[in-house]
Amino acid sequence: MSEKVKFTIDGKEYEGAKGQLLVDAAAENGVYIPVLCHWKDVIPAGSCRICTVKVNGRFVAACTTPVEDACVVENNTPELQDIRKAIVEMLFVEGNHFCPACEKSGDCDLQALGYRYQMMVPRFPYAFERRELDATSPKIFLEKNRCIFCKRCVRMIKNDKGQSYFAFKGRGKHLEISMDKKLAATMSDELAEKAMKVCPVGAILRKEVGFSTPIGQRKYDNVPIGSDIEKLHK
Amino acid sequence: MKEKIISIIESYGRTSGRLMDILLSVQAEFRCVSEEAVSLIASELGVSEADVNQTKTFYHFFTTKPVGKYAVYMNNSVTSVMKGMYDVVDEFEKQAGIKFGQTTPDGLLSLNYTACIGMSDQEPAALINNVVFTELTRDKVRKIYSDMRDGKPVEAMFNEFGDGNNANQLVKTMVKNNIRRRGNVTLGEYEVGKGLTKALSMSSQEVIDEIKNSNLRGRGGAGFPTGLKWQFCSKETGDKYVMCNADEGEPGTFKDRVLLTERAHMIFEGMAVAGYAIGAKEGVLYLRHEYKYLKAFMESVLAELRNKNILGNNILGKGFNFDIRVQFGAGAYVCGEESALIESSEGKRGEPRNRPPFPVQRGYNAKPTVINNVETFCSVVKIIENGSAWYRGMGTEESAGTKLLSISGDCKMPGVYEIEWGMTIADMLQMVGAEDVQAVQVAGPSGICLPPSQFNRKIAIEDLPTGGSMIVIGANRDLIKDVVLNFMEFFEDESCGSCVTCRSFNMILRKQVKKVVDGRGIKSDLDNMLAWGEIMRKTSRCGLGQTASNPVSTTIKNFLDLYNARVKDAEYQSDFDMHKAIEESCEVVGRPANIHE
Ligand SMILES: Cc1cc2nc3c(=O)[nH]c(=O)nc-3n(C[C@H](O)[C@H](O)[C@H](O)COP(=O)(O)O)c2cc1C
Ligand code: SF4
Ligand code: SF4
Ligand code: FES
Repeated sequence: MSEKVKFTIDGKEYEGAKGQLLVDAAAENGVYIPVLCHWKDVIPAGSCRICTVKVNGRFVAACTTPVEDACVVENNTPELQDIRKAIVEMLFVEGNHFCPACEKSGDCDLQALGYRYQMMVPRFPYAFERRELDATSPKIFLEKNRCIFCKRCVRMIKNDKGQSYFAFKGRGKHLEISMDKKLAATMSDELAEKAMKVCPVGAILRKEVGFSTPIGQRKYDNVPIGSDIEKLHK
Repeated sequence: MKEKIISIIESYGRTSGRLMDILLSVQAEFRCVSEEAVSLIASELGVSEADVNQTKTFYHFFTTKPVGKYAVYMNNSVTSVMKGMYDVVDEFEKQAGIKFGQTTPDGLLSLNYTACIGMSDQEPAALINNVVFTELTRDKVRKIYSDMRDGKPVEAMFNEFGDGNNANQLVKTMVKNNIRRRGNVTLGEYEVGKGLTKALSMSSQEVIDEIKNSNLRGRGGAGFPTGLKWQFCSKETGDKYVMCNADEGEPGTFKDRVLLTERAHMIFEGMAVAGYAIGAKEGVLYLRHEYKYLKAFMESVLAELRNKNILGNNILGKGFNFDIRVQFGAGAYVCGEESALIESSEGKRGEPRNRPPFPVQRGYNAKPTVINNVETFCSVVKIIENGSAWYRGMGTEESAGTKLLSISGDCKMPGVYEIEWGMTIADMLQMVGAEDVQAVQVAGPSGICLPPSQFNRKIAIEDLPTGGSMIVIGANRDLIKDVVLNFMEFFEDESCGSCVTCRSFNMILRKQVKKVVDGRGIKSDLDNMLAWGEIMRKTSRCGLGQTASNPVSTTIKNFLDLYNARVKDAEYQSDFDMHKAIEESCEVVGRPANIHE
């Protein structure tokens, strides 16, 4: 068993394992730190920045920072809540998200965070970037308008030779998610299912199996995102 | 094509770790990296095409369609614009009959912009097929164009070369050094091998201690204590690397260019000293693509050092082995960030890594790595040679030694100055012959825009830290339009795009500044810019996003009057410009676009 460390989040004391990532340590203690790109036990991307916390007074991403003994973490402060809300708003203006028409509605982490942070109207001007939909794969649609660049698909969807089906293209404001045409043509149903599942938004959608879970019975239709974690220690 | 590409791949050992070099060679050979080339490279390396594209599309100098037989990349940095870039652009467009961003139908010439190419002291400057053209004028453009029509090789288009090694047989560039002031460290006297000989007579811990005692702090901008960095790395075990950061991408800096030209031996010697200190056998010099004209020269210096047994096996008979290779970038400012530099050297997109782990723990090829700036390595050589006490005798209490400044913009004597830390901005301006100064941009776009009321501040890590970029902005300049907007366009283009905040806020801030410049800004836009810039600073992963709001925030703070004179005192102003939107259709039907009048 690894060494135990003690730390505080918003003034309360908790215990975790040394070297464990802060998001995971918090979750095990029933403290929810929102995430969009994090996926437990996969190399962190640290790209969505929604998990930003303050550790010993410094801003860091909780999904890339290991817990240290006696560290002081701020999580639910008004400042951080506002930053997180701003990031959610930012993602809505950056891409093109029409939730009512999206297959992922109700299962989408971004939409759920919008509700959790009570986003009404984004404070930022819309970018209206035009992005494509890539429907060349027989198994999935890649709806680039909805991608939030979490890199989960890039990191997790590979074939047995370790080759990636998904990759980034370009940089900065021209960043795009792209799919390897040759590999995508041979994608298995299992991998397509996994890709859709890991994508936090509706950017990767399976073909031919739409709406298998009806609206109303989806993950966040009745409980806010994060409540599973927060329930742990109630 | 196929055989050629396969032979290129073979020459780099068929590993995806050398993808950058493979792509660079293919681009140089075929003037593009076509989809077929990508496909072939992917299958030869056993990776997916998407992965090859991921690297390829990150860098400015890789193209899918062929660039012209003459590929012009015009620098559009602030100083280039100040010195008349738009005239040069206009002349190129007139001569060629195309716009920037296009290639002539016959494939003769392509025109593109590029970010600062490290020639701010001799603008406007452009790269044509990797050859540097400085101080361009309309006349020179006409001559260049007619030479192109005649099919002259670019190297044959001029016959006057710069001073010093710029005129070396292997360099032959028109670039000038513009060394205006030499101090005692990096541009002072230097004898090849003296520093290393002394280092090898000491234990590696003694070398580290000497550097620690000197208080040398990194010259790349962040100012991290060099001795401490080496100490961390020396404690790690196994294979290690030494990397030299010669990406020099911060607009307005060019002092590393001069060191690379005049102090190449010293840089490599400093890397060898570091290798000895931390226990590394291999070094990599990461050189920005814009300095490709120095390739043959750098390689000849490496060969010379191997001949003199300053590099190679059993160096100077002391049983120490160390060698260096040169890695080129391909046009990406963010690759100057140390972990992005490592990713790029490994053949990947130049995306900064999450920390921890730090490079000293897990760097190049996942091995502990020390990365330092060009100037840092040069300083090391002299510190070992003359001792830490000698070094601490220069500069201030907290900032020991000398610093190279790259000074450009509105001044009589732009160039490189080696000064002792502690000089005031006012003294600096006098030194370079600058009068009627509106502002000094200290440390490049990511630094601060300083008003005259603060010209008594000191250039020192404890007051005004800088990697050396100093841009003098004269009173006649439109600060918001010519400077701030240009800087925000730069950051928008150069963000790696990984963090939500840096990817989007740079675009949004640029649009907000444009709104102000266009006279559509309102007071609350200024508050928004400050607040949004703060969010970007707090949440971005690397130094780029953490400092990219500085052009906006430091000018709103220091030059508020300029903004107030441009923004309206209105409650609301739409981002949508109705006039502009209907202009074209009104023109078609032949009526004025006067919907609100
Ligand atoms: C966006 C960005 C660009 C940078 N560009 C450079 C550069 O061109 N050259 C450099 O030496 N350091 C650059 N740095 C700093 C490096 O990350 C690193 O701190 C430096 O190379 C360490 O060397 P030093 O300690 O000798 O300064 C950059 C940092 C950032 C965030
Ligand atoms: S497609 Fe989905 S999983 Fe992939 S990067 Fe975009 S949002 Fe993330
Ligand atoms: S701050 Fe900007 S440049 Fe740095 S990692 Fe994030 S997106 Fe990339
Ligand atoms: S969850 Fe931490 S940055 Fe995305």
